[in-house]
Amino acid sequence: MNWTLALPEIVLALSGLVILLAGVMQRRGQAFFSCAMMTLLALVVTGILVVLSPDGTGYSHIFINDGFARFMKVLSLTGAALSVVLSVGYAREMEIDKFEFPVLIVFSTLGTMIMASSGNLMTLFVGLELSSLSIYILCAFARDRVTAAEAGLKYFVLGSLASGLLLYGISLAYGFAGTMEYAGLQQAVRGSAVLPAGLMVGIVFVLVGLCFKLSMVPFHMWTPDVYQGAPTSVTAYMAGAPKIAAFAVLLRVMAGPFGSMTPQWQLLIEVVSAASMVFGSLAAIPQGNIKRLMAYSSIGHMGYAMIGMAAGTAEGTRGTLVYLVTYLFMNVGAFAGIVAMRRKGRAVSRISDLSGLGRTDPGMALAMAVFMFSMAGAPPLAGFFGKLMVFYAAINAHLYGLAAIGIVSSVIGAYYYIRIVKIMFFDAAAPALDRSPVSVSFVSVGMGLVTTFFVVGLGPVATAAQAAASALFR
Amino acid sequence: MHSAIEGIGLAPYLSIGAILLVLGVFGIFVNRKNVIIILMSIELILLSANINFVAFSAATGDLSGQVMTLFVLTIAAAESAIGLAIVTVYFRNRGSIEVDDITMMKG
Repeated sequence: MNWTLALPEIVLALSGLVILLAGVMQRRGQAFFSCAMMTLLALVVTGILVVLSPDGTGYSHIFINDGFARFMKVLSLTGAALSVVLSVGYAREMEIDKFEFPVLIVFSTLGTMIMASSGNLMTLFVGLELSSLSIYILCAFARDRVTAAEAGLKYFVLGSLASGLLLYGISLAYGFAGTMEYAGLQQAVRGSAVLPAGLMVGIVFVLVGLCFKLSMVPFHMWTPDVYQGAPTSVTAYMAGAPKIAAFAVLLRVMAGPFGSMTPQWQLLIEVVSAASMVFGSLAAIPQGNIKRLMAYSSIGHMGYAMIGMAAGTAEGTRGTLVYLVTYLFMNVGAFAGIVAMRRKGRAVSRISDLSGLGRTDPGMALAMAVFMFSMAGAPPLAGFFGKLMVFYAAINAHLYGLAAIGIVSSVIGAYYYIRIVKIMFFDAAAPALDRSPVSVSFVSVGMGLVTTFFVVGLGPVATAAQAAASALFR
Repeated sequence: MHSAIEGIGLAPYLSIGAILLVLGVFGIFVNRKNVIIILMSIELILLSANINFVAFSAATGDLSGQVMTLFVLTIAAAESAIGLAIVTVYFRNRGSIEVDDITMMKG
């Protein structure tokens, strides 16, 4: 057995334990910074190990490592590392600078990596729970604030319900296919002329559970409240790595085991995707709180990313992967701007607090404007290329209706993104915001550059995504 | 393999599992009183899946279902520990765990 397949996961798990130990041994209240730095180091080392890790399946077929898994793992590690950087300055000011914070992010990221490599419904479930349980704690981490506690409670209840439904679906799929392995499921599905009803119901339950985690439309109720209540750096994390991992699982399961029954689930995915896009852009319009607005915006973005999956082709999967890359960068950048929104030492999160930012802090206003235009899909920026690739895949798969809905809803969505730009540059100036911490400015500037000059890196990213997608459709 | 499944078939086990699932889901959505009841409902949902796993495992003679049950039991324990911790934190801030009171954020 080739145990080195899971070397990155093993290293990350061990370093999580070591960081925990290091935190306990230091004096109270001083451990946060050193633990955060060790976490960054661990995430970077793991990222390098992921890139170098070999292809193959191991641990009696429960663990798959291929181009697709590597792509998703690198993405979720990037998201995690950026949100750790964001939380360095933020956590101290929010008085949540306890060393458990980065440790929980490590374990949650470990869960997302296990999900990306799952070769068995059992690994899928264990990875998902590892990642979700850590996030429940992170949401309620600012434990003296009633909104954080409420966000934690809401996310816990609805997230557990989703896990329960997913688990029930897994049990039905296991019962009617006789195995939990993806390869075995694939054979069972291919071999049967008429699919057993129990297996169908199981697949629908699994889909519902994952759509909950992705906050796709009929299952999105928790998103705005949790995004608003949780500490902002946690929100930045939640909007990145876990969603990428849920997409990894969804793409792998739907292309592999259930790939031969694409016609049966395609309509379901199309409806969910269209509903998320339309709802995400309409419901964001009346919002006055920027974190709630970002919640609706991420609902919409998940809808766009799912267009590629609805296409059910390698090209569509490539589109989804490129979309997720662009989403990750512009989303973290926008959250860096929101983390920096502080006035006289207190975090503010109303959109009107940004008014006149173009005069009081031109650099931050420019960065925010770049992220907003990119999310709206304005041409030279990153968001445009993500949208272009998923729409292109949808048209090649003859999903004209879905592509049309996507284009219309991105036009509607442009309204609220550009309204923020208008508020920042043309409204009467509000009192100036505090100077943002260096780490936050670093993320903001870095992501701004990546988003602006994404076209330079588009070729390599698209090639990597192509390789990842073809690993899935082999 | 000689098991109880051979005597009475798979259907009663699956029915109990389905009934527990429905009870759990309704316990979350219909209950308007207390968050602790929601925690109990979540346990019910996980256990309903466990019954399915064990029944299928016995019926097909494949052990992986029973292995899964052990994992699920462990995860359920962790989940309820975290859930109770979050409920405690919430109670300290709010002084109440009525479901109808959990409405600070809306819109």
